[in-house]
Amino acid sequence: MKTNDMNQPVVHAIFIILVALCLFPFVLLFMSSITEESAIVKNGYSFWPSEFSLEAYKYLWMQKSAMFNAYGITIVITIVGTFVGLLISALLAYPLSRRDLPIKGILSFLVFFTLLFNGGLVPTYLIYTEVFHLKNTLMALILPGLLTNGFFILLIRTFFANSIPVQIIESAYMDGASEFKIFYRMILPLSLPILATIGLMLTINYWNDWFNGLIYVTEPQLFSIQNLLNRMLVNIQFLQQNNLGNQQMAVNPPMNSVRMAMAVVGILPLLLIYPFFQKYFVKGLTIGAVKG
Amino acid sequence: MEQAERMAQAKRHTAQATRSSIFFKKLRRYRALFIMMIPGFLYLIINNYLPMFGVMIAFKDINYAKGILGSDWIGFKNFEYLFMTTDAYIITRNTILYNGSFIILNTVFAIAVAILLSEVRRKLAARFYQSIILLPYLISMVIVGYLVLSMLSVESGYLNLNLLPMFGMEPISWYFEPKYWPYILTIVQLWKATGYLCVIFLAAIIGIDHEYYEAATIDGASKWQQIRTITVPLIAPTITIMTLLAIGRIFYSDFGLFYQVPLNSGPLQPVTDVIDTYVYRGLMTLGDIGMSSAAGLYQSLVGFVLVLLSNYIVSRRNKENALF
Repeated sequence: MKTNDMNQPVVHAIFIILVALCLFPFVLLFMSSITEESAIVKNGYSFWPSEFSLEAYKYLWMQKSAMFNAYGITIVITIVGTFVGLLISALLAYPLSRRDLPIKGILSFLVFFTLLFNGGLVPTYLIYTEVFHLKNTLMALILPGLLTNGFFILLIRTFFANSIPVQIIESAYMDGASEFKIFYRMILPLSLPILATIGLMLTINYWNDWFNGLIYVTEPQLFSIQNLLNRMLVNIQFLQQNNLGNQQMAVNPPMNSVRMAMAVVGILPLLLIYPFFQKYFVKGLTIGAVKG
Repeated sequence: MEQAERMAQAKRHTAQATRSSIFFKKLRRYRALFIMMIPGFLYLIINNYLPMFGVMIAFKDINYAKGILGSDWIGFKNFEYLFMTTDAYIITRNTILYNGSFIILNTVFAIAVAILLSEVRRKLAARFYQSIILLPYLISMVIVGYLVLSMLSVESGYLNLNLLPMFGMEPISWYFEPKYWPYILTIVQLWKATGYLCVIFLAAIIGIDHEYYEAATIDGASKWQQIRTITVPLIAPTITIMTLLAIGRIFYSDFGLFYQVPLNSGPLQPVTDVIDTYVYRGLMTLGDIGMSSAAGLYQSLVGFVLVLLSNYIVSRRNKENALF
């Protein structure tokens, strides 16, 4: 039995417009990055380069040590943050998923309350900088994002509670397996789907994070790619002023196109792998919304 | 008599002893589970609970030489200063007006796009459209700042040098003209966030039993009637939940949107300043910890009440969907 469909050509036409609207800014960004600087000065950023040039990318290649350094920072915080964040989350979520855990109600509430109320930026900043002295450390880029609040923990807890039968855990315990052994031999393998989903969300959060760098890091050597981009957005000359890159620089760097080339280099990795993980990304978004 | 009393006492003792020994036995039995939770709770204490106690900063005159605990208490002075200025009014107004219109526009657009997506018969095409519409949600606000700059840059932006001349219009100094920014920020926000809500609503639409539509088609219902009487009512719970959750967070803004996209430009502040940017600027640029912590606590408290309130409303409609 078929239902009546909407007029398909019309639907597709609407989506082609929507897709174009979503993509145009990216196209403009890319085209600007491969346009000759003098053409930008004369004609502005445009969707088709009036004069093609790779000068911007050549300039960035001269600055490669700064770029590689920033990418290195981003990669390190993303890998460490995602791994440690997942580990801590799973370790906290598993006991809370056990119905037989004493004072489970109080402990769960302590996790849950972090979703309802937060101290805000000022106390958080002062505690990280004045109490723990994390200003200008790699830790400052990792620590704030590990769990952020208890949201992911509650999601994982629900998954554990709903999809791992208590009988399995009990029989393993009866057979003499320790709780830790049960956790990493049984619980972790059984919960790979949820851990992969949450891991992806953590990875994206760390990769895109510029806020922690903005408030905790002033040392250019510690800038992640997002922070470097952030500085360049307000101050085009940032790379030059800080001598982050190679000393021998162009006298008049093609700054208008370099700026856009930087942004292209900044998003390229994400765009390249997006087709492969978009399915899981969608899944992560929907489990987050249709709560556990 | 005396014996009875002694017996009762002994009984009480043993009862107490067994109770505590059961407790210790339990503790031993669950020791490993408690150890597992240590890193997580330690983290929540550092990252969440210490700052919660740190809100007392708002009642202090912070002096770094004396330390946070040693600084003098000044009662509600910081709040008095904050609410005496027009700042408090402006940032509250901006925050609520922006987020309020975002909630309405995002919901309407996302529902429309989600329904359209569900109408695409070729699954591969539908998936392609969805990925592209979701793409802006994936990228960071810094990148969005660049994308907007390429459009609006005064000397070389696409609008000033290509689009406006086409209509014979003069270039506009976008980053110095506050009047355009409510629209710019709304458009940018819509561009970036619609994809997310759309995915949520699409998931709800896909969950609708197909038989409803088949029956409606047999009865001769038009597509528009089906959308109005089947699709929208059946995803209404999801719409309600998402809207109430957003209302619960109406006091919190997307800091990146209001900080990165206007490039932190001073002349734009009257229309781009929200509570989050105000707190940030007070802390990081002006060094006015008193004012900024007062504004922060104001946000946290009102935010807390709004979350409780909106959740209360959700739970009265449908216990299943409530957060707690």
